Amino acid sequence: MNNILNQIGIENYIFLSVVLFCIGIFGVLYRRNAIIVFMSIEIMLNAVNLLFVAFSTYHQDAQGQVFVFFSMAVAAAEVAVGLAILVSIFRNIHSISIDNLKNLKG
Amino acid sequence: MIHIPDFANANAIQITFCILAFITVITAFLTIFSRNPIHSAIYLVICFFSIAGHYLLLNAQFLAIVHVIVYSGAIMILFLFTIMLMNLNEKHEVHKPRITRLGAIVSFCLICIVLIAIFINSKPIVGEYDSTGEDFQSIKVLGKILLNEYMVPFEFASILLLVAMIGTVLLSKKEKLKK
Repeated sequence: MNNILNQIGIENYIFLSVVLFCIGIFGVLYRRNAIIVFMSIEIMLNAVNLLFVAFSTYHQDAQGQVFVFFSMAVAAAEVAVGLAILVSIFRNIHSISIDNLKNLKG
Repeated sequence: MIHIPDFANANAIQITFCILAFITVITAFLTIFSRNPIHSAIYLVICFFSIAGHYLLLNAQFLAIVHVIVYSGAIMILFLFTIMLMNLNEKHEVHKPRITRLGAIVSFCLICIVLIAIFINSKPIVGEYDSTGEDFQSIKVLGKILLNEYMVPFEFASILLLVAMIGTVLLSKKEKLKK
């Protein structure tokens, strides 16, 4: 298992994370359900984490994995706060379509 | 150039990688395209499990376990509870105008092409991989690094989680009616 990158190649991991990241961007642009937008943001975060782990293995350095650990903690906090905001938005305007959130528009 | 594993004499690791990558991409697409938010959440769980499989393939056991616990456990339970709390149905969602969807698809293709073209040309800079056979990512080594060099960020992460918890409770508390 030590020469995993010899057999697969770092570039395949790079392409996989690029495609995952683009799917996340696509989801943010395409859907207007705010929960699906959150899920797309999670997919983007995961793409970056996957690339971190691949390059951590590539450089044989554990610091990339430590960074992934911290980014997971931040993602957990972000999802908790974001979903609480969504719940209170839903309580007020009875919809979570992001097109209805234009109170700040001048 | 892109190094495509040939399936005629591919070994077990390459086949595993291809299957896992296929599952990851397909379920990520299904997450976005399915009409029902519950189905999206289920597909997202499968996507997260396959990413944990990628971590295992890269021999990062600690991160694979933490990923399954945090993402497939905690975050997806949060998502599912929120969806059930809001009682969303498919009929709630109105489609975006066609021009917006077309723009989303075009920008997706453009970003994909540009990024992949960039990384194809970065191959000579990245160079070849050579293994030194040294243990650098077992749980023991990772714990030592996390609690020696990264002690202060580790404590700040706990403060961040505490603040997020307090903020969530404050946000989702019902406001009192004004008298």
